[in-house]
Amino acid sequence: MFQSSFLTGEPSVWSVAELTRYLRSLIESDYRLQSLWVRGEVSNVSRPSSGHLYFTLKDAGATLRCVMWRGQVAQQLNLPQDGQSFEVHGHLSLYEAGGQYQLYADRFRRAGEGELYQAFLDLKDRLAAEGLFEAERKRELPDHPRRIGIVSSPTGAALQDALDVLRRRYPLGHVVLAPSPVQGEAAVEGLIEALAGLQERQIDVILLIRGGGSMEDLAAFNHEGLARAVAASKVPIVAGVGHETDFTIVDFVADRRAPTPSAAAEIAAPDRQALADLLLSLQRRLAGSFQTELEAGRWQLAGLAGRLRAASPRAQLANRRQQVDAFEGRLHSSLKAGLRLSRSRLDGLQATLRAVGPPAVLARGYAVVRDSAGLVVRSVGQVNPGDPLELRLADGTVGADVTGVEADSR
Amino acid sequence: MAKTKPVEDLTYEQAFAELGTIVEALELGDLSLEQSLERFERGQALALHCSQLLEQAELKLSQLTPADGGGYDEIPFEEEG
Repeated sequence: MFQSSFLTGEPSVWSVAELTRYLRSLIESDYRLQSLWVRGEVSNVSRPSSGHLYFTLKDAGATLRCVMWRGQVAQQLNLPQDGQSFEVHGHLSLYEAGGQYQLYADRFRRAGEGELYQAFLDLKDRLAAEGLFEAERKRELPDHPRRIGIVSSPTGAALQDALDVLRRRYPLGHVVLAPSPVQGEAAVEGLIEALAGLQERQIDVILLIRGGGSMEDLAAFNHEGLARAVAASKVPIVAGVGHETDFTIVDFVADRRAPTPSAAAEIAAPDRQALADLLLSLQRRLAGSFQTELEAGRWQLAGLAGRLRAASPRAQLANRRQQVDAFEGRLHSSLKAGLRLSRSRLDGLQATLRAVGPPAVLARGYAVVRDSAGLVVRSVGQVNPGDPLELRLADGTVGADVTGVEADSR
Repeated sequence: MAKTKPVEDLTYEQAFAELGTIVEALELGDLSLEQSLERFERGQALALHCSQLLEQAELKLSQLTPADGGGYDEIPFEEEG
């Protein structure tokens, strides 16, 4: 309460606390000061050990002290730095102990970004309404892209990152670079032309990539003309623009979005190791198919009497069968261990395949016996003495006549 | 028949696809011994070819430059550093 003196005309005397509290309540009762944006040049940024952020905003005529508590500071992506033009949102109040009015900030952004962001939202809504972001529009990427187009700056890190990934994972590919500036005035036109240049060159997939940057830096990728060019591309496009948290219009229109340029390359190209594993599984099936044929007894293996007396064919087969099983078991567990397929392992595999394949069987003295009609002879009952036979050996055929027939006694 | 093309002339995708066809045919088991022999050996050659391609391949790079009469040429890409 202050002393008022209508009668004497003397000014009333406030205590400092009373006056300060009055001013504070004046500020806090003005609704316009409870949620506002202020723009100015940042200076005196300070972040003491408390974690709170102190800075001032100034322009030609005045200075405004600002503070942001550490809990909210942690949520901000970009902190203001001296000299930058910033827009700060918060509420105004008065710090009584210091006799200071302050802006208590809850968020901020680079000046100018506000308009850019609004334009981004507007375009996004408009293109979404046209259906350009629909999931049905998005095409599948080819499994084995022989020719991979890249639209990016020829001197940027994004290109190098993507090439590193492709060299490591998919050296079978052929990269065609369509260079273009990725920021600045010439970027939009350059990017559109680069995309156009790749359309009729038998390209299987296009990577549209650039590294991280501010919203102004990425502006070209929010441009309507480029978005429409991406939508109209006959070749599927993987967009890898900026950092993981950057989303541009092009990201929404592209057939796939990658969080970074390297990820774009990984999405587009198959992994060499996965291809090697597929190849290995086919080779196992190749060997396995013969194993099945032998067990089914489809092909008749008739031994020349003299050579076969020492070893029973059944025992030989069982031996081979066991070896292949053991080999397959080792293959299986080494696949599980995820070892790389090296040339020496491949040679070992092939040596074993050769050992159990039909050419090797024939080379050990087995023959395929046919009668005069060309039918394979499986039983002594099919022939009579005097019948002509054809024996198929490993390196040719032999003509023979049946001299005698004797059935095994079991 | 496409099958008579020399293995070395096939691309990775072609060789891999043919190997898959051969394996399926062999697993069906309808072939005679001689046919199976021939397919098996071709399959081995295809597998070896694929494996060599995988191990020895080097990423090829080229770049688009505007051509004189309009359109583009593809030239080898020179990397810096």
